[in-house]
Amino acid sequence: MTKAGTTVVRADPPAPAVRLPRRRGIELALIVVAVLLSVYGYCAVGLARHGTVPPGAAGYGAGLGVLALVAHLAVRYRAPYADPLLLPIGVLLNGLGLVLIYRLDLETPGDRAAPTQLVWSTVGVALFIVTALFLRDFRVLQRYSYVCVAAALALLVLPIAFPAVNGARIWIRIAGFSIQPGEFAKVLLAVFFAAYLAANRNALAYAGRRIWWLQLPTGRVLGPIVAIWLLSVVVLVLERDLGTSLLFFGLFVVLLYVATGRTGWIAVGLLLASLGAVAVGWLEPHVHSRVQDWLHPFATIEAGQGPNQLSQSLFAFAAGGTMGTGLGLGHSILIGFAAKSDFILATAGEELGLAGLSAIFLLYGLLVERGYRAGLSLRDPFGRLLAVGLASIVALQVFVIAGGVTGLIPLTGMAMPFLAQGGSSVVTNWAIVALLIRVSDSARSQFDGEVAA
Amino acid sequence: MTRYIRHAACFCALLLVALLVNATRIQVFQARSYDDNPANRRTAIARYGQPRGDILVGDAPVTGSKDTDGRLRYERTYPKGPLYAPVTGFASQIYGTTFLEHAEDDLLSGTDPMLSAFPLWNDLTRRQNPGGNVVTTIDPAAQRAAYAGLAGRKGAVAAVEPSTGRILALVSSPSYDPQVLSGNDAAVERSWARLNADPDKPMLNRAVRQTYPPGSTFKVVTLAAALDAGVVTDVDEATDSPDPYTLPGTTTSLTNEATGCEDAPIRAAFMWSCNTVFARLGVRVGVSDMATTAARFGFNDTGLGIPYSVAESTFDVSVDKAQLALSSIGQYNTRATPLQMAMVSAAVANGGQIRPPYLVERTTRSGGATVSTAGSRPVRQAMHPATAVRLKELMEEVVTEGTGTNAAIPGAIVGGKTGTAQHGVDNSGTPYAWFISWAQGERDLEPKVAVAVVVEDAEADRGEISGGGDAAPIARAVMEAVLTD
Repeated sequence: MTKAGTTVVRADPPAPAVRLPRRRGIELALIVVAVLLSVYGYCAVGLARHGTVPPGAAGYGAGLGVLALVAHLAVRYRAPYADPLLLPIGVLLNGLGLVLIYRLDLETPGDRAAPTQLVWSTVGVALFIVTALFLRDFRVLQRYSYVCVAAALALLVLPIAFPAVNGARIWIRIAGFSIQPGEFAKVLLAVFFAAYLAANRNALAYAGRRIWWLQLPTGRVLGPIVAIWLLSVVVLVLERDLGTSLLFFGLFVVLLYVATGRTGWIAVGLLLASLGAVAVGWLEPHVHSRVQDWLHPFATIEAGQGPNQLSQSLFAFAAGGTMGTGLGLGHSILIGFAAKSDFILATAGEELGLAGLSAIFLLYGLLVERGYRAGLSLRDPFGRLLAVGLASIVALQVFVIAGGVTGLIPLTGMAMPFLAQGGSSVVTNWAIVALLIRVSDSARSQFDGEVAA
Repeated sequence: MTRYIRHAACFCALLLVALLVNATRIQVFQARSYDDNPANRRTAIARYGQPRGDILVGDAPVTGSKDTDGRLRYERTYPKGPLYAPVTGFASQIYGTTFLEHAEDDLLSGTDPMLSAFPLWNDLTRRQNPGGNVVTTIDPAAQRAAYAGLAGRKGAVAAVEPSTGRILALVSSPSYDPQVLSGNDAAVERSWARLNADPDKPMLNRAVRQTYPPGSTFKVVTLAAALDAGVVTDVDEATDSPDPYTLPGTTTSLTNEATGCEDAPIRAAFMWSCNTVFARLGVRVGVSDMATTAARFGFNDTGLGIPYSVAESTFDVSVDKAQLALSSIGQYNTRATPLQMAMVSAAVANGGQIRPPYLVERTTRSGGATVSTAGSRPVRQAMHPATAVRLKELMEEVVTEGTGTNAAIPGAIVGGKTGTAQHGVDNSGTPYAWFISWAQGERDLEPKVAVAVVVEDAEADRGEISGGGDAAPIARAVMEAVLTD
């Protein structure tokens, strides 16, 4: 597409009146659709459960609408060329997540998560707006790459000082709020990886030692980044946050491949990943049981101990079938613990069916594709790697958690972007969308500039 | 770099395809097997997600539903629980269902495909049919009379309409309230434990699920066999019966409660319930003819369902002569449910014909449209019609001048037979008092009701226990209730 676009521009002599379409109107229309869909879902839950439209529907709709509108205005004002799909997808997924959490809250009157989630969503959108308004040029980030990596490592190490929750040491609790610093770390780390690889791209091409068929870059270039990456993975393993360590691993391999173009990296990455997975699965009892659950999801039922979370999740997906039971009419709360966070997708699968689930997967797919497209349109390597990195974070995260709850791969605790309960996660994902908006704005405005010139 | 970005994008697309394929596998291809997994509680949730259909006696429901707003939402209520417990059984979230609640579960819970006008459309829309209703054959007045008559004493009553087989009353005492088993909280578990630990076994349906030695009431069967086989031709002819009677091949002698049984004619022996005469009669008829007749009455039938299953009443066919003698007076291995003995009485009242007993008159949709009706039941000839006429006469005499005078109803024809059954090791247990009877109102063309009553009373003195004294008044109350309807 990019190449085609470029050729067209060069083939035709620039006409003075021609401007790249900014498509802000489309963005606004899509945002309205996204908000209406969310409000519709909210009303559907209330109608299904109590036979009446929930009293908060108007307020909820207005709140979400105002947030989306302000975000849209910020984009219109400061990133007029940005991809018009990114913000509506974020609004729709966030709105849908709020509906699902609200719906699950009805089953647990003592533990209401939707209001908190709404507060965090507001913080996330606020961060989005701040980023859109004040981060004029994303290339600034390249300069702060070492600040980023230092902050990322600090954030990763921080939870070690706090007590473990449910076996994982990844939360810090301050004044009643619990924050998962690892969530923020992944954006910072993506910035660092992109900046480092972009800066040392040429150096990476220099041949260092050769092992069998693999041409390694020189240790001086590769050393620091491998060290950072290893450090973060080790920390995460110590914190029992295997989902995030898997994510960092995947992010690193993808970016290294995109930067160097060496297929060998993928082979090495896969080899290391399998070795690491086998080793961890073997040695670490927590992970070992997850692997066992994945291989034999119904073993606990056969043993007479009742269904475990994974089998409850599979039951929920199966109960949804093709068309779903309808919002508010499923029983995914049977999953119990983590139904609102790690397993939120099971509620979507049960109540919206394969049809709704596929739609959600395609929304994520579209978000990732738009990120990659922004990367392709850019010329500067840092921007390209940053866009690819951010989009890959979303893609890998969706795959790891969705694959886990549907029994495709062993389950690792992670948050479904935008959908799942979790403040840090929502804020981080809004930051990712904000950066992608910024990158795509640069990508498309550069052509506008060319045309203008 | 563009090329590699495209490769990475393709990799992400592959991940997406893997997710979609896997979701399709679970939600479409394996959905059925996951839905059917016994650990999946959704079936139970759906089942209790709507009020259960009602069980009706007369025109009034004897069940109800309570919305608890819990996960297994609707709980069963039983406004007159103990009275109808042997009919309804219980429907519990934890312990499942019994009796009619069990036998008609598909209909009551709404899963019966007969309930939907468009089954395929319902499959598609996932619409659940509201539960249907079950209309029973029970006569509420008869049921109340039987329950009041037992007054908490251990025992049971079964009443049937001889010409149709409709069960008019089915009472077991002491009873329990099925409602304490509805729901799924800890109180239900405590109730369950308490009811199971109760030595009086209140959850036992004595009318159909407990067999007793029928004692002298079995003499009706023995006499029917003798008359059918031609062993007895004249009931007024003196029999060659010693008193006491030494059981063949043993030194055990059998005695009578009554006097004047030596060489008594059948008519008197039946009226005063002479054990010696009937024990010898059974031996003369022989095991083969005895067994044939007993089977025609319904003994040794394992397959009876009303619609829920009825315990098998037994008449042992591999016996020596001494055992046959005892079997013929309703002892040894002869055992019968109260319902079985009501059928014996009904066969006599109905010209020797037996209609299989049934409890469900019809089933309806929640709106009242009929789903199915009981229809006419096949007939089985238990004895020759002439034999039935003879027995009817003899049973009437038992009530007019014999051991069953307590069952007499002014202005009605009543036939009956008392029984006092020994049981326990060396007959040490308190005897069971039996009474079986039938009644025909003045203006009725045929007998309207046949009843069997058993009272296993531990309270009374041994000497006071007798079919005529304990059981006959209860039978009379039930018969009166039916006749005055």
